[in-house]
Amino acid sequence: MTVKTLKIDDIDVAIAAGSTILQAAQEASIPIPTLCHLEGLTPVAACRMCMVEIEGTSKLFPACVTEVGEGMVVSTNTPKLQGYRRMNVELLFAEGNHVCAICVANDNCELQDLAVEVGIDHSRFPYQFPKRSIDLSHPQFGIDHNRCILCTRCVRVCDEVEGAHVWDVAQRGSACHITSGMDQPWGEVSACTSCGKCVDACPTGAIFHKGETTGEKQRDREKLAFLMNAREHQQWTR
Amino acid sequence: MTKTIVIDPVTRIEGHAKISIFLDEAGEVADAQFHVVEYRGFEKFCEGRPFTEMAGITARICGICPVSHLLAAAKTGDKILAVTIPPAAEKLRRLMNLAQITQSHALSFFHLSSPDFLLGWDSDPAKRNVFGLIDANPDLARAGIRLRQFGQTIIELLGARKIHAAWAVPGGVRSPLSEEGRTWIRDRLPESFATVRLALDLFKTLLDGPLQDEINVFGQFPSLFMGLVGTDGEWEHYGGHLRFVDSEGTLVADRLSEDDYQTFLGEAVEPWSYLKFPYYKPWGYPDGIYRVGPLARLNVCDRIGMAAADAELQNLRDRANGTVTSSFLYHYARLIEILACLEHIQALVDDPDVVSSRVRSHGGVNQLEAIGVSEAPRGTLFHHYKVDDNGLIQSVNLIIATGQNNLAMNKTVTQIAQEYIHGATNGSEIPEGMLNRVEAGIRCFDPCLSCSTHAAGQMPLHIQLVGADGAVVSERYRD
Repeated sequence: MTVKTLKIDDIDVAIAAGSTILQAAQEASIPIPTLCHLEGLTPVAACRMCMVEIEGTSKLFPACVTEVGEGMVVSTNTPKLQGYRRMNVELLFAEGNHVCAICVANDNCELQDLAVEVGIDHSRFPYQFPKRSIDLSHPQFGIDHNRCILCTRCVRVCDEVEGAHVWDVAQRGSACHITSGMDQPWGEVSACTSCGKCVDACPTGAIFHKGETTGEKQRDREKLAFLMNAREHQQWTR
Repeated sequence: MTKTIVIDPVTRIEGHAKISIFLDEAGEVADAQFHVVEYRGFEKFCEGRPFTEMAGITARICGICPVSHLLAAAKTGDKILAVTIPPAAEKLRRLMNLAQITQSHALSFFHLSSPDFLLGWDSDPAKRNVFGLIDANPDLARAGIRLRQFGQTIIELLGARKIHAAWAVPGGVRSPLSEEGRTWIRDRLPESFATVRLALDLFKTLLDGPLQDEINVFGQFPSLFMGLVGTDGEWEHYGGHLRFVDSEGTLVADRLSEDDYQTFLGEAVEPWSYLKFPYYKPWGYPDGIYRVGPLARLNVCDRIGMAAADAELQNLRDRANGTVTSSFLYHYARLIEILACLEHIQALVDDPDVVSSRVRSHGGVNQLEAIGVSEAPRGTLFHHYKVDDNGLIQSVNLIIATGQNNLAMNKTVTQIAQEYIHGATNGSEIPEGMLNRVEAGIRCFDPCLSCSTHAAGQMPLHIQLVGADGAVVSERYRD
């Protein structure tokens, strides 16, 4: 096994070649904020929260998809990065309709946690108040597009873990949204196995169990971790 | 030349309002209007949301009585699910509503209104507030604040937070009372009883002395009264059916269901206020004027069903020789209701069901239209939802207690202005104490304008004096 050595925030790290900067940072217990990343799913670098600085270039790199290189010098928490991360979360709040006070995921939301982490008490950007729909046609689950941040975890978990590929991304720009089946109501998509993995993967209150009210969202993240571990290491006990 | 006095904003109420007093050529009060100048649009922006969110959303209308909206929304949700909620859930909801009525009435009496009674209508307005009360009578002020805390803490013990606890849900409630919570309530009850006793004795002494005149001037007029009563006509705040009585105590309508509210309640609109004017439909507008809230609940019920509160109810009725028509006695009614709430809380806290874990029924969307009702501290509250097959809200109608008292509040303001303002001429200063009495007429109803217009804004007072030619001759602002 080839090993690469690099410095992350002045800490020397040695890790297998082909690993990502995010994996290397995790190995060294250096926290890098993430939002679209979910262990076991293909990284897509959609949210841009894990951007890091690499010495020798002014470009920023998403840690979740950037491979480590020999002698790399990486910074994960510079004032520049802090500013961008904060702006990034502010834009997510301004882009959708995120009303924490009445959300099913209140106090149990990765977007909300990140907002606290990066120090947001308001958004400097004008709220867009987009007109988005809610689909409650599925007998067990609902999707509220107002709360969707397009992280695509639902798309990936359904495709890569469940193998059903119910979800996909439709349209572009401000019209971009998650869609089910052939742009059908979720309840009419015969491919859906009602496994609930999308609910467990969703970082916000966008996908939820029907009937859940303010702050009641249940998500079994351990189930996902177990499935991914079982598949990879053939360990079928939980 | 006629003129108008405007009080804007009205203070020590929940919401934002102004009062216009219209004078005739002789400077006498011809009419007065209580304008609500807020607008919020809850009924509109709830459209498209899942009905399961309605308790959480509508509770945000107000920080004073979110529990009332929580319960009305949850009851409407029960009907959409078409389920019967567990007995424990109903008792727990009742417990929270009793706590809510206690804390809200304590706020109205001790924090907002008692400075007028105890410090005087004409006392320095800078000190005529709860801080002035703390200076003048620290023991009473502290007791009042702790009584409100008692109610607020019960809400927190049940719903995990004092304000906006999204704890009542369609089908029941989220969690029961803990044994620790039960013990806390039991331990704190004696002090709460003592405080309300103290306030009752004090207020009755004032009614027999310096406040005698106010009974006849502050909204003393005949009207209908509406409220929930229990199966046997007892005082009710959560279930039961609706009843109307008139000023003679005659039953005008009884055993009405909230499901039929549109057949007996109309909502008129006036161009000078964002607050609608509900009226009793069979009598037309504005003859169908009716009052809701503590006084109405005590007028419509046969009895409270608790010994101490019933004794006070008898005292109230004896003072009025039957049905109580003076709006000033809303204050007395509030204290009696606190006593009733404490007695009911005492009974409920010993009920084994309040710690039961069977508190929630589940179901799907089984009814596409539902109407829920509960008694908020300020009166009867209706929520009316229509949903689609998936439970998404298609339309919402909220009928709020303060709105139902709108006609009565206008009549009260006019009556007080006519009593205290005479011979006002262009340029003449209206004494602040007089304007305070006009405001206090509104405060009798303890209006919650945030709820009633479902509106935004702060809560100060603006009174305008408008001349016969329509010009504002004098006005007074207070923040």
